[in-house]
Amino acid sequence: MDVILFLIFAAIAVICAVNLVVQTHPISSALSLVGVMGALAALYLLLGGEFIAAAQLVVYAGAIMVLFVFVIMLLNAGREQKSKKRSWVKFAGIPLLLVLLGLISFLVQSVIPETEGVTLGGFTHGTALDIGRALFTTYLLPFEVTSILILIAILGAIVLARKEID
Amino acid sequence: MNFLILSLIKAAIVAFVLMTTLAYLQWIERKVIAHIQLRVGPRRVGPHGLLQPLADVIKLLTKEDMLPSHVNKVFYFLAPFVAVTFALIAIAVIPFGPEITIGPVHTYMQLTDINIGVLFILGLSGMGVYGVALAGWASNNKYSLMGGLRSSAQMISYELPMALAIAAPLLMLNTLSFRELVNGQAGYYLGFIPRWAIFQGPFPQIFSFLLFLIAAFAETNRIPFDLPEAENELVAGFHTEYSSMKFAAFFMAEYANMVTVSCVGTLLFLGGWQPIFPAALGSNFVPSLVFVIGGLICLYHGFHPARPFDRITLPIAGVVFLGIAAAFVAPVLGPILVPLFWFASKVGVILFLYIWVRGTLPRFRYDQLMRFAWTFMFPVAVANLMITGLLVALTA
Amino acid sequence: MPPLPQSVPIAWYLTLSAILFVLGVAGFLYRRNIITVFMSIELMLNAVNLSFITFSYKLKQVDGHLFSFFVMVVAAAEAAVGLAIILTVFKNRQTLEIDEVSSLKN
Repeated sequence: MDVILFLIFAAIAVICAVNLVVQTHPISSALSLVGVMGALAALYLLLGGEFIAAAQLVVYAGAIMVLFVFVIMLLNAGREQKSKKRSWVKFAGIPLLLVLLGLISFLVQSVIPETEGVTLGGFTHGTALDIGRALFTTYLLPFEVTSILILIAILGAIVLARKEID
Repeated sequence: MNFLILSLIKAAIVAFVLMTTLAYLQWIERKVIAHIQLRVGPRRVGPHGLLQPLADVIKLLTKEDMLPSHVNKVFYFLAPFVAVTFALIAIAVIPFGPEITIGPVHTYMQLTDINIGVLFILGLSGMGVYGVALAGWASNNKYSLMGGLRSSAQMISYELPMALAIAAPLLMLNTLSFRELVNGQAGYYLGFIPRWAIFQGPFPQIFSFLLFLIAAFAETNRIPFDLPEAENELVAGFHTEYSSMKFAAFFMAEYANMVTVSCVGTLLFLGGWQPIFPAALGSNFVPSLVFVIGGLICLYHGFHPARPFDRITLPIAGVVFLGIAAAFVAPVLGPILVPLFWFASKVGVILFLYIWVRGTLPRFRYDQLMRFAWTFMFPVAVANLMITGLLVALTA
Repeated sequence: MPPLPQSVPIAWYLTLSAILFVLGVAGFLYRRNIITVFMSIELMLNAVNLSFITFSYKLKQVDGHLFSFFVMVVAAAEAAVGLAIILTVFKNRQTLEIDEVSSLKN
């Protein structure tokens, strides 16, 4: 049952990612990315990361992608035009990307032995309690630093995107 | 029983009850607003207009389903589907009562209890923004686009005070799963004051409840925050170009959001299905008492009816109420129906508040609305959370 | 059709992460709309998040979840500032193609 669920959500993630790269209109790409994030949230649940799955839905799919969709709608971005560059560059890229994929997969398969499988319930320390405990004891400094980072990002976004008052 | 079959039966019951509730919520809203405005409301279709939702469904089903030529077809069809899906999924984690035993079956009155129930609801309300934004954009119409963008911006702005208002009772109750939240509000102070989150020490969560209610009004696009779908300002906002079943889908999504948010408010702040005074003082008989009084009033007025057809309908209603009152004290149905009554009455109070405010207040202008969220609600929610955290840490 | 294993091997999760990462690289290199390029970067970050959580499962520690959480937070900050920059570029150049923003070339 775990295997079937993994295959379904992995297939959804890969199909949505391919759709992201192939679609010409940015809003179709944005909605495909939301699909990828939803499938990944389900995969995090299978891996026992319940808090991270919820955070993925709340933060990534529910806030960051909404920001992307807003900007695409506000800028009224149209479809992408055909490129005027020569096409041999595009054809040379695909085998190289496949080589990269093969290299990473080979490294992964050779380093990780196939003895252990992922079962639902194999990892129970992904609850909000465990993450909260680790966040406020071991990772307290990165936590405070990221809060300042978010403040800087808010200030930067407001300064960059406001109208100039003449 | 097999877990899958049991879950399917529960899902079917919940879906059926939810759909009926949504239809009759619209009837209740029209009647209550009518009486606030000193008129009567629908009364032609069936006794007291009770078959009006059925007439509305037939009308919406048989209306012409137009597809304007200038819309973006994929997103035009996707938007109401997304809106309704995310609105209805949220009911899956709401508990309606404690665990029950019917014969050999021992189950909880909840479709599923996940450890992160509250975060799940927050995530789904964030995803609900997509339905509105896509509807506004796909319609290729400047009024719809403006309405859609304004509505989405309003929904994301008010998600923040709502999340902070939800975090405050979570600090006191120490869990994210809804069932544990309700169990943490069991018990009574001094024997008769319930330990709901709005009464619970060290800091009674009254401010959080008010913040939550205001943010919930804004999240569900109800008056006084419904400028994005106002009829006289923006044509009809983001659902201008939608007709028949797709329009019905948006309305179903709005009412389902209202019901979900009221259920979450009940579970977090009003103690879920816990009664208002303990069972030792006789709270198990309150539902029966209420329905017996209602039945007797109906029967009494059935003998001196104000309108001629009431001679038939009021006695029937009286007998039905007395039958329901008997069901509350029946041996097997009693323990199921009594907590359900308390839960439904608390949710009903919040829904009545929604309808009451709709009939009473004017609507905010858009810049007033956004300024209210960012300059008033957000700092107050942060201050409330800090005070709660301080008091919990000092008394732990 | 070989029989499905009893439980999912960890290598499958890491291979899926690699596939998503390579698709993100492909989108980053091939697409010419700034916003789509930015979304490919987010896809790469998501693939890395999946790797972190998989390794956290393998090593039975929660630190991978924490890293993933910080990646999400930093991605949020980066998305906010990046989209503000895109808005400014659009205001000044009236275009969203990265080939047209080339006034420093030659």
